[in-house]
Amino acid sequence: MKLVIPFLTTRPPGGPEAAVAQQKAGQAILVEGLNKSYGDWPVLWNLNLSVGWGEFVVLLGANGTGKTTLLRVLSTQARPESGMVNVAGYDCIRQADSVRRRVGVVGHSGFLYEDLTCRENLLFYGQLFRVEPIRPRVEAVLSLVGLTRRADHRVKTLSHGMQKRVAIARAILHQPRVLLLDEPEGGLDQESVAMLRSLLREWTQSGRTVVMTTHNVELGLAWADRVAVLSDGGLQFQNREEYRDSAKLQLSRASSPDQAASGGTALTAGSPGE
Amino acid sequence: MATADPVRQPRLSLTNLLVVLGAALMLADVYLIFMVAPTDSVLGDVQRIFYFHVPMAIMSFLAFFVVFVASILYLARRDQQWDRLAHAAAETGVVYVTLALLTGIIWARPVWGTWWQWEPRLTTTLILWLIYVACLMIRAYAPNPTQGARYAAVVGIVGFVDVPIVYYSVQWWRSIHPSAVVGPLAEAGALEPVMQGILLFSCLTFLVLYLYLVVERTALRGLEDQVRLLKFSMRRTGR
Amino acid sequence: MNSILQPVAIIFWKDILLELRSKDIIVSAAVFGFLVVVVFNFALNVTPRLVTQLAPGILWVAFAFAGTLVMNRSFVREKEQGGLEGLLLTPVSRDAIFLGKALASFWFMLIVEAALLPVFAALLGFAAFSRILLLTIVLATLGFATVGTLFSAIAVQTRSREIMLPVLFFPIILPVIIGAVEASSQAIGGGASGGISRWLPLIGVFDALFLVICPWVFSFVVEE
Repeated sequence: MKLVIPFLTTRPPGGPEAAVAQQKAGQAILVEGLNKSYGDWPVLWNLNLSVGWGEFVVLLGANGTGKTTLLRVLSTQARPESGMVNVAGYDCIRQADSVRRRVGVVGHSGFLYEDLTCRENLLFYGQLFRVEPIRPRVEAVLSLVGLTRRADHRVKTLSHGMQKRVAIARAILHQPRVLLLDEPEGGLDQESVAMLRSLLREWTQSGRTVVMTTHNVELGLAWADRVAVLSDGGLQFQNREEYRDSAKLQLSRASSPDQAASGGTALTAGSPGE
Repeated sequence: MATADPVRQPRLSLTNLLVVLGAALMLADVYLIFMVAPTDSVLGDVQRIFYFHVPMAIMSFLAFFVVFVASILYLARRDQQWDRLAHAAAETGVVYVTLALLTGIIWARPVWGTWWQWEPRLTTTLILWLIYVACLMIRAYAPNPTQGARYAAVVGIVGFVDVPIVYYSVQWWRSIHPSAVVGPLAEAGALEPVMQGILLFSCLTFLVLYLYLVVERTALRGLEDQVRLLKFSMRRTGR
Repeated sequence: MNSILQPVAIIFWKDILLELRSKDIIVSAAVFGFLVVVVFNFALNVTPRLVTQLAPGILWVAFAFAGTLVMNRSFVREKEQGGLEGLLLTPVSRDAIFLGKALASFWFMLIVEAALLPVFAALLGFAAFSRILLLTIVLATLGFATVGTLFSAIAVQTRSREIMLPVLFFPIILPVIIGAVEASSQAIGGGASGGISRWLPLIGVFDALFLVICPWVFSFVVEE
C-alpha cells in the first residue's frame, strides 16, 4: 500500500503540451497520476483514466471510494493536489474555463434556483454559457426532456423526477462534448429513466462522451460500454463480462436482495411522475 | 544522541540557538528594566511596564506582516510550509497582542484611573487582536484543514491591508473627540537616551523570542500534519 | 470590458428576480433594522437634546447589522439551492460572480436603508434628506457590500455561519463605520466634523481598495 503524501508534491506535469498531444490522440478524458485529498484524507491517489470519444463509461464502487470526487475533479469543481487532468483537450487546472464550456454536469443537487421557473433557470444558465440563439435552444432542450408544458412552473413545485429532468436540460443546454452524471437515476420513475437512457444513447452515438456514477449495478452494466470500479483510491477497468464474474458483483447482488429476486431489473422504481 | 530518528525536524540547531539567545537576552532585559532603567519622575515604577508593552505591541504588528506575506505565498504557491508558517505566526502573534493589551490595561489603571481608554494606538491594537482571533477561529470552524488554511490566508491578507486604515480613522476620530489622555505607545518618542536604549534592547529581546516561538510552532505544525496523515493512512490500510 | 460586465448584470438580475419572488431578505432585514432602532431608543433614552449626538451612531449600527443579515441570507440561499456550485461550473470568471453578488447585496441594502431612513428620521427627530447623508450612505454601503460579500462566502461554508460573519466583518469594516457616523453627524447638523473633506474620501479609498482586493481573493475562497 503506497503512502502518498499529497501536500509534498508540486505542480502537476503536463498542461498545454499534453492537451495538444491529447487532441492529437483524440481522447475525451485523460487523467494521469491524479491525487486528491480532502484535508488530510487522501481520496484518490495515483489514478489513471482514459476515455475516448463516443464512449459511455460507468463508475462503480462502494460509498466513500471517491466516485463523486473523481467526477468533481473532471468537472473542475474540485482541484487536485497533483496529477494531470485533461478533459475535452484542455487542462482542468490551467484552462478550467475552456473545460467548463465543454462539459455538462448533472450532480446530486440540481444547481437550480427553486424560486425561478424552469425556463428562467435555463435562460439564466444559457446566458452565462453564451448560448446562441438562446430562446430556440431553451425551447428545444425543454421539449427534449419533455417539460415544455411545465416550463413556467417554479422548480420547487415540481416533483423530484421533474427537477432531475430540468437539471439534465441544464447540463446539455450549451451543447457540451462530455457529460458527467452523478447517480442520475436516483428517484426517477421508469418513464424518466427511459428518457434518460435514450438521450444518453443518442449522445454517445453522436460521438460525445458520457461518464456516469451509479449505485445501481444492473443499470450501469446495461448502459455502459465500459465499467470502472473505484476502490482504494484507484480505478480498475473491466468489461462487462469480467465484472459479472467477479466477486464484487456477488457482494453487490447480495446487498440488494430485491433486485436479485426480481431477476435483475435495470430500473429503480421511484415516485410516479405528476 | 540518536541521529537516525526520522521524526526530528532538521532545524534542531536553529531552534536551540534561538532558545539560548532568547533566554540570555530576556535575563539581560529583565535586569536592565528593573535595575538599570531610571524611575520615571511622573509615573514612578509602574512605568516600567512600558518596556514590555511597547515591544510586544510592535512585535504583534510585525507578526501580522509575517502572516500577510506567508498567506500570499501560500495562495500563490500552494506549499503547505507557507500555511504552517502563517498559522504559527498568527498563533504567536495573538499571544503577543493579548499580552500587549493586558500590559496596556495594567499600565492604564494606576496611571489613568480607568482600565481602558479609546486612544488610537490601543484601539488599533484591539482591532488587530480581533482580526487575529477571526483568523484563528476560521481555521477551527472550517469544514476541513485545507479550506481552513485558505480562508485564514484570505482573512490575513484582507486584515493586514485594513490595519493602517483602521489606525488613521481612529486617530482622526480621536482628534475630533479628544480624550484627556495619551496612551503608553505614544510616549515612546519622548524619552531619555537610557530609556530609549533599554526600550530598543527590549524590542530585540521580544523579536528573538518571537522568532523562536514561530520556528518551533511551525515545526510542531509539520509534525502534527504528519501524525494526522499517518493516522489516516493506517485507518485506510487497516480496512 | 463587455465580457465581464455582462455576466455581472446577469447574476445581478437573477438575484433581483429571486428576491422579487420571495421578498424574504429585504423584509427581514428591514424589520430587524427597525427593531434595533427601537431597542436603542429605550436603551439610550434619546432626548431631543441628544439626538444629533446619538442618532448617527444608532443609524449606522442598525444599518450595519441589517446589512450582515442581507449578505448572510444572500449566500445561504445560493448555497442551499446549489446555485453557487452551478455558477462555478459556468465559464464565467470568479471576479464576475463576486461582483454580481456584491452588487445585488449592495442594492438590497440600499433598499432596506431607503425604507428605514424616513422612519428613523421621524422616530429620532432629524432631517433625513441632505446630500451629504445620502452620499455617505451610498459610499458606506458599498464598502459593506464589498467586504461583506467576501466574508459571507467564507462564513457560509463554516460550521457557525451566524457568528463567523460578524466576527470577520466588523473589525475590518470599522473605519467605514467611524467615517459614516462622523459624516452623518455633520450632515444632521451636529457640527463640523470635516465630513466632505476627510471622512468621505476615507470611505472612498476603502471602497476602491477592497473593490480590487476582494474579487481577487474570492476565487480562492470558492475553489474546492
